[in-house]
Amino acid sequence: MKKDKQQNSRTSRREFIQKSMRLSMGIGLAAVGGLVAFRVHADDTVWQLDPFKCVACGRCADYCVMTPSAVKCVHAFDLCGYCDLCGGYLKPNANARSTAAENQLCPTSAIRRKFVEEPYFEYEIEEKLCIGCGICVEGCTAFGNGSLHLQVRHNVCVNCNECSIARVCPADAFQRVPTSQPYLIKGEWTKDQDKKKQSPTG
Amino acid sequence: MKKRLIKLTLLIFFICLAVTSFAQQQRFPKPEFETGYVQPPTQQPLPRALFLEYLDVIVLIGALILVSWFLLKKRSRQGVLWTSVFSLLYFGFYREGCICAIGSIQNVALAIFDPTYTLPLTALLFFLIPLITALFAGRTFCAGVCPLGAIQDLVAFKPIELPRWLQKVLGLIPYVYLSLAVLYAATRSEFLICRYDPFVGFFRFDGTFQMLLLGGLFLLVGVFVARPYCRFFCPYGVLLGWMSSFSKKHVTITPSTCIQCKLCSNSCPFGAIEEPLLEEGKRRSNVNRLMTYLILIPIWMGIGGLSGSMLHGTLAKFNKTVYLAEMLVQNPDIRFNQENIDARTFMQKGKTMDELVVDAQKIKSQFYWGGWIAGAFMGLVVGLVLVNLSSYRRRNDYEPDRTNCLSCGRCVDYCPVK
Ligand code: SF4
Ligand code: SF4
Ligand code: SF4
Ligand code: SF4
Ligand code: SF4
Repeated sequence: MKKDKQQNSRTSRREFIQKSMRLSMGIGLAAVGGLVAFRVHADDTVWQLDPFKCVACGRCADYCVMTPSAVKCVHAFDLCGYCDLCGGYLKPNANARSTAAENQLCPTSAIRRKFVEEPYFEYEIEEKLCIGCGICVEGCTAFGNGSLHLQVRHNVCVNCNECSIARVCPADAFQRVPTSQPYLIKGEWTKDQDKKKQSPTG
Repeated sequence: MKKRLIKLTLLIFFICLAVTSFAQQQRFPKPEFETGYVQPPTQQPLPRALFLEYLDVIVLIGALILVSWFLLKKRSRQGVLWTSVFSLLYFGFYREGCICAIGSIQNVALAIFDPTYTLPLTALLFFLIPLITALFAGRTFCAGVCPLGAIQDLVAFKPIELPRWLQKVLGLIPYVYLSLAVLYAATRSEFLICRYDPFVGFFRFDGTFQMLLLGGLFLLVGVFVARPYCRFFCPYGVLLGWMSSFSKKHVTITPSTCIQCKLCSNSCPFGAIEEPLLEEGKRRSNVNRLMTYLILIPIWMGIGGLSGSMLHGTLAKFNKTVYLAEMLVQNPDIRFNQENIDARTFMQKGKTMDELVVDAQKIKSQFYWGGWIAGAFMGLVVGLVLVNLSSYRRRNDYEPDRTNCLSCGRCVDYCPVK
């Protein structure tokens, strides 16, 4: 009690309040840190889209903060049938299986068709031209094997804190994935999944 | 060749008939090549290396220490200015605005409320480190590390003084923004702060028209009203202000004792210098008024909470799921409209209407309780602002107002005392 009275000058009281408030602010910060501690991971995350959820709606081309979009078509060659009549390359009503632009589905002619051997053709994506519109993906999924699919390309993506496409994707295909495994490429990724299923310990 | 093609065409025709959903199947087996064709690999360009993300954290710490040292030890505005230019180049133009401490509020909020979310350590560090620094040295983050602050600071050519009452009223916006940002992050709806970041489009030299327009507007206003985003919008500034109010050290205008020359009184472009104040009126009546305002706080909180919860329907409309559910319940015909991408996707996914409505209901109830909390928080803020206005703390000298002072160091150069 006596001590209190001695300290009763205004400045020291103010200092005491300051100090205890500072302490409580510090405790508050520590509490927030503690609350999320068990959700923290040293690995960073990047955005990727799940090609099995994607319905190729076309929003990937329009909503990315980058122009052209950081989402591009990739080709899982493992799954491709190398068809002459490619559902992702040619328009359904194409009058000839030629490389003429008016027969191509892709609005930017980003798919290159290369003859391999009778009667097979390889389809490769020129990523510089691809705008991620997903038209070819829709075609390939509907008429072919679904080997053409969309992926966020991390050499273009700036890894927004919240991906602007994720906000509008009707299929909720976007998710955060660990930086160490930044792709969900159809063939390889499903193989991984299968492996995991076979050996639950691995 | 011809035969095979006809077969293929027929096959495709039948598949077209059969395909009703987007189901996946290997319709055409991979051919066995005879000419030794080697299939090219699917390229996977890597994202930015992880160690670089940690380098960002180190640069953040380094810049914070540097600015604090310039302010508290060297008392040098020049030093602060050049550090802020560096931060603008590094965190702004090189890092393109992401990762940032302001946005990290949402990552932390999401981590608290979403058990499936893993919070990157770097995001947590970006959230905590500037706040801890503010607890010891004031808002040195605002002064020279925040790229959003730096870009506005550089265009503040002709700052005009806003009337005090207007500053107080506009100063409430950041609290609203903070509560909404946390509410939307916690309900997993969206990251408001990132969506309406006004300058990120400039940092990337790319962005939607609205984004660039918003940024341009802020910079234009910023010529006359110094740092409008920092003072009247920034939700992270709220937290920094709390820390700074009770900081251990803080920039002072005068290096020793104020001689009341008033030279500094107009030097702050942000109106953050407080003039000397003597206690007015009788002490007893002041204390009485203070008590009344303190007692009023729970009432403010109640009113705030009630109105927040009443607004929950409107607030929840900005959630994707709630929006879709309400649209489909009101106009069931939209489900068969192929033009509507969201409705079409919903039908393709095979989720039932009932499941969707249940999901939306859940989110709405989150918004209901979130509305209560956010509203009560706003009530508390209003109550405390009133208490603050009515409590006369005696001040003998010209001092920076620790909550709102951005620690820019401009006023330091005005004081003649050596
Ligand atoms: S927005 Fe979603 S559904 Fe649409 S194309 Fe992109 S990933 Fe696919
Ligand atoms: S159709 Fe669209 S997604 Fe496919 S390659 Fe062309 S631009 Fe890319
Ligand atoms: S994270 Fe940003 S840059 Fe990357 S795909 Fe999404 S919107 Fe585009
Ligand atoms: S240091 Fe604070 S009080 Fe001084 S001019 Fe800058 S913001 Fe104003
Ligand atoms: S310039 Fe220095 S001495 Fe003069 S009023 Fe301001 S703080 Fe006091």
